[in-house]
Amino acid sequence: MEEALLLARVQFGLNIGFHILFPTITIGLAWILVVFRLRYERTRDPAWLGAYKLWVKVFALTFAMGVVSGITMSFQFGTNWPGYMNKVGNVAGPLLAYEVLTAFFLEATFLGVMLFGMNRVSGRVHAASAVVVAFGTTVSAFWILALNSWMQTPTGHVVQDGVLIAGSWLAVIFNPSFPYRFAHMLLASAITAAFVVAGLSAWRLLRAANDASARKTLRFAVRLAALLVPLQIVVGDLHGLNTLEHQPAKIAAVEALWKTEKGAALTLFAVINEEKKRNDYAVEIPKALSLILKHDPDGVVRGLEEFGKDHPPVAPVFWSFRVMVGVGVLMLVLSWVGVFVLRKSTPRWLLWSFAAFTFSGWVATLAGWIVTEIGRQPWLVTGILRTADAVGQASGAQLGASLTGYVLTYAALLISYMVVLTHLAGKGAQ
Amino acid sequence: MIDLPVVFTVLMGAAILAYVVLDGYDLGVGMLMPAADRDEQNRMVASIGPFWDANETWLVLGIGLLLVAFPLAHGEILGALYLPVAAMLVGLMLRGVAFELRIKAEGWHKELWNWLFWAGSTLASLSQGFMLGRYITGFAPGMGYWLFALIVAASLCGGYVLLGATWLVLRTDGPLQAKAVAWARWGLLWVALGVALVSLGTPLVSETVRDKWFDFPRTLALMVLPGGTLALWLWVWTCLGKSDWKPFAGAVAIYVLAFIGLAYSLFPFVIMDRLTIWDAAAHPSALVFMLVGTSIVLPFIVGYTIYAYRVFSGKVTGGDPYEK
Repeated sequence: MEEALLLARVQFGLNIGFHILFPTITIGLAWILVVFRLRYERTRDPAWLGAYKLWVKVFALTFAMGVVSGITMSFQFGTNWPGYMNKVGNVAGPLLAYEVLTAFFLEATFLGVMLFGMNRVSGRVHAASAVVVAFGTTVSAFWILALNSWMQTPTGHVVQDGVLIAGSWLAVIFNPSFPYRFAHMLLASAITAAFVVAGLSAWRLLRAANDASARKTLRFAVRLAALLVPLQIVVGDLHGLNTLEHQPAKIAAVEALWKTEKGAALTLFAVINEEKKRNDYAVEIPKALSLILKHDPDGVVRGLEEFGKDHPPVAPVFWSFRVMVGVGVLMLVLSWVGVFVLRKSTPRWLLWSFAAFTFSGWVATLAGWIVTEIGRQPWLVTGILRTADAVGQASGAQLGASLTGYVLTYAALLISYMVVLTHLAGKGAQ
Repeated sequence: MIDLPVVFTVLMGAAILAYVVLDGYDLGVGMLMPAADRDEQNRMVASIGPFWDANETWLVLGIGLLLVAFPLAHGEILGALYLPVAAMLVGLMLRGVAFELRIKAEGWHKELWNWLFWAGSTLASLSQGFMLGRYITGFAPGMGYWLFALIVAASLCGGYVLLGATWLVLRTDGPLQAKAVAWARWGLLWVALGVALVSLGTPLVSETVRDKWFDFPRTLALMVLPGGTLALWLWVWTCLGKSDWKPFAGAVAIYVLAFIGLAYSLFPFVIMDRLTIWDAAAHPSALVFMLVGTSIVLPFIVGYTIYAYRVFSGKVTGGDPYEK
């Protein structure tokens, strides 16, 4: 049983982690494509058309990866977590179905027009298709984040005969953590896409320094990142304060704060000792945690001891958070240095730096999702359903066999994806 | 008061039928790939390029409606079909990604992705047929039932090949179209064998189905379904080579009749002999919320799907699936 639960979690975590890589790019990239397409419509500069044609191919490939891994997820809800649907299906099901109805068909159909329709529909309809697809990706994010946020901070439901039903759909959808999580994810997506565009444009310029299209897209993406990363830091802070209010155990795990303290210190790094419930070799800043979370150096911050056994494992949450923040800071520095340097020249060291940071958004986004999802444990739906109570009947052997298949498939797909992206960016450059 | 579980059964059935027909033709085209040369393969893929993403979305909608309307059945069905579902998903993933990558790859990579496009299409089709076979019998244990599922798997592949071939008759011309006519005839024979075996087998493996179909005088009225299927079969056979669109329309109609027959066999069970749609239905609060949204949004989906098919109507000429 224990083993099957762990395997079911590993399998679902692997799938959802693999899946989120692609929507993270497409939500932001769809809007970036709208910009490229409209700039071409206005300026008739072939460099923008070239940019559109290159990046719509990247978008199509990324979208296909998202579709196929997303289909897998829609099945794994049932195969891995039947208890989830039995208990909260009346709330979760409609939110998922609304995503399909209002977003998936829209995206998939008009992506066809975007990709293949340039000579079949007018310029306006073609540009409008790009807007429709971008709108669809955002609507998709809206529903899925409404559901995820509801699982973190459930409101608006009532219990009837042991199962949950929605009392107020508005309260279910606009639950307390939803606005913050939605904004945080949209920005994460835009920043991730900006770094992918910047990185691959830089890669192209390393091979062909005079590529007009790549120069334009690099400049655009770096500016976009420089604008959005600071905004993301503000939104992330607000999101953290919201989590402190509604899921204090998660914040205690993020900060590895074992005991409730007045004037708590901020632990920068430490070896987490889950056995003895303490941190070894900790590097701390006195009173900083109270200052950040309570805006008062002597504020009281609740520690893990208050939550008994119902708190998440500390080490993965603690470290993932530090990875997210660390990568975010590097992205901030690089984007601002980029904006400053690109005004005068395009030195190769800068191009190499952006090329190296192509997929940095993935690292930060995945780390962030690990914080929020492992940080919700042991709950699947906070206070309502434990992960262990939702797991299915699949045996360890079944899970092991399918997990092996998934791992091999995902590894092959991910490598192919990254190779093809680099290849696309390099191709055609003289 | 409307009977919400029945409404959702109809909606879910419509979504699954739309999926089987729409993704059926592009899976069929995928399975026919090895029979064509390189230039023809490119045209075949180009003929499904603008549509396959949206076609697959019907599967997500079907599963989504199952999950929303019949959450109890969702967990049990997908749990019982754990491994074939996993196999289908791997197949769909491979072909979806291969679709994009075969365009961009060069040299032996291109060969590899072409092969994976075929293999993924075949694996997905076989798994779907196998799942259907297991589902019809209510996941009954025993060798005979597994054999039955394998026969259904092979038959569904034949049906997809028929849809794919008639789609190519509709969308291509010249030597490729002539080839597609020959493929469609093979598909028809395959389907005839499959439908005969499955129609005879189903009453054997299920008492419920037997009682439903062999109950005079109702049996006489029900003979409209096999009779209509036979007439359509003959019509498609004679139209092949003479008309571009009639074979595809006929193949779709055969699917619709087969689907009605299947739905009649199963109703009112969502899991054969065990769980009815009323027992498995979700709470009315969820169903009403879903029904409102579906009634508003579905007409738009149908509308812009028709629009997309109109935009991309006509014969596929270019070899490169992406426009220059």
